[in-house]
Amino acid sequence: MNNSNVIKLIPLLVLATSCAATAAESEISDSDRIAQYREMISDGNPADFDEMRGEALWKTVAGPKQASLEKCDLGKGAGVVKGVYTELPRYFKDTGKVQDLESRLLTCMTTLQGIPEEEIAAKPFASEKKASDISSLATYVVGQSKGIKMAVSTKHPQAKEAYEIGKRIFNYRAGPYDFACSTCHATSNVRIRMQDLPNLNVRKDAQAAYANWPAYRVSQGLTRSFQWRLNDCFRQQRFPEPKFASEATVALTMFLAVSANGGEYAGPGLKR
Amino acid sequence: MGNPMKIRAAVKDGVTEVKILMQHEMETGLRKDADGTLVPAWFITEVKAQYQGRTVLETQFGQSISKNPYLLFRFKGGAAGEKITVSWVDNKGDTRSDEVTIAA
Repeated sequence: MNNSNVIKLIPLLVLATSCAATAAESEISDSDRIAQYREMISDGNPADFDEMRGEALWKTVAGPKQASLEKCDLGKGAGVVKGVYTELPRYFKDTGKVQDLESRLLTCMTTLQGIPEEEIAAKPFASEKKASDISSLATYVVGQSKGIKMAVSTKHPQAKEAYEIGKRIFNYRAGPYDFACSTCHATSNVRIRMQDLPNLNVRKDAQAAYANWPAYRVSQGLTRSFQWRLNDCFRQQRFPEPKFASEATVALTMFLAVSANGGEYAGPGLKR
Repeated sequence: MGNPMKIRAAVKDGVTEVKILMQHEMETGLRKDADGTLVPAWFITEVKAQYQGRTVLETQFGQSISKNPYLLFRFKGGAAGEKITVSWVDNKGDTRSDEVTIAA
């Protein structure tokens, strides 16, 4: 080995920011810094690994019925995953319900693979100790919609109804803190600690927020699904925990997805 | 054997840029789990990159590196179509080695 060619480094993570603060740097705002940080790490999003896991699961024979999910209809026909996320939630004839991605995956896993719903819904989110199949599957499916514009329809009366219910939930104040989603997400140019809070009543903000979920959370070391996002929003508001893939969570998703219509989907995202 | 890495490499103006995303828990050994028991240290200690049998990067990792680390480095030389091999070793002696072809 030619030693002169060896570059020896102390771990040089690209994430590491320089300690020296120059005059130019001090003019950069915190949100710019966050944007800078996001850009630096966007190249190496560990959500890719969850996508790979999800893709393998999609194609793997599993469950009592020994079937893969390749015949699962996510709205554009059996087995089609390309672009489906941009049209979800939507009304499904076979179930007679409006479903988001995760509730639809739940339907496929129960009907095609014969896995009991309770078994999946009991632990639907990934944890440090155990990955979640339904969550990884969702990561895989959303990845197939990258770069496609959101186009969720409220044409069907039930879809329209879900949207209206979702809007009400968004603005519904309750719980020990008398909180609503809109308490934090209906005002422009506000932040919580270092994070800018998107005003979800403004299309541009709603598009940017929706386009980046599901996302890998660096602080948690896990890829988080949209159902998890809503579940945690309810927790932060000190609401009772919503049931996984429940009508209420789907309705709220419907409201948020429609608010993001026209925006280019960019997930799976990457969050601090 | 560890989980696969995701590596991309591209050469531009005689400089090859290599981006490596590793899958590893990177436990510090200082964290306690829910029962209060210490989670044993488990982290990558060394990462090495080789090009045509020549070591172009050799680094030491420690507990302060995040889970699923991302590393970017550049080296002079490298030609499109040639291969780069990246490998790591962790403190349990586990290793992983992956290869990537340099893109133009």
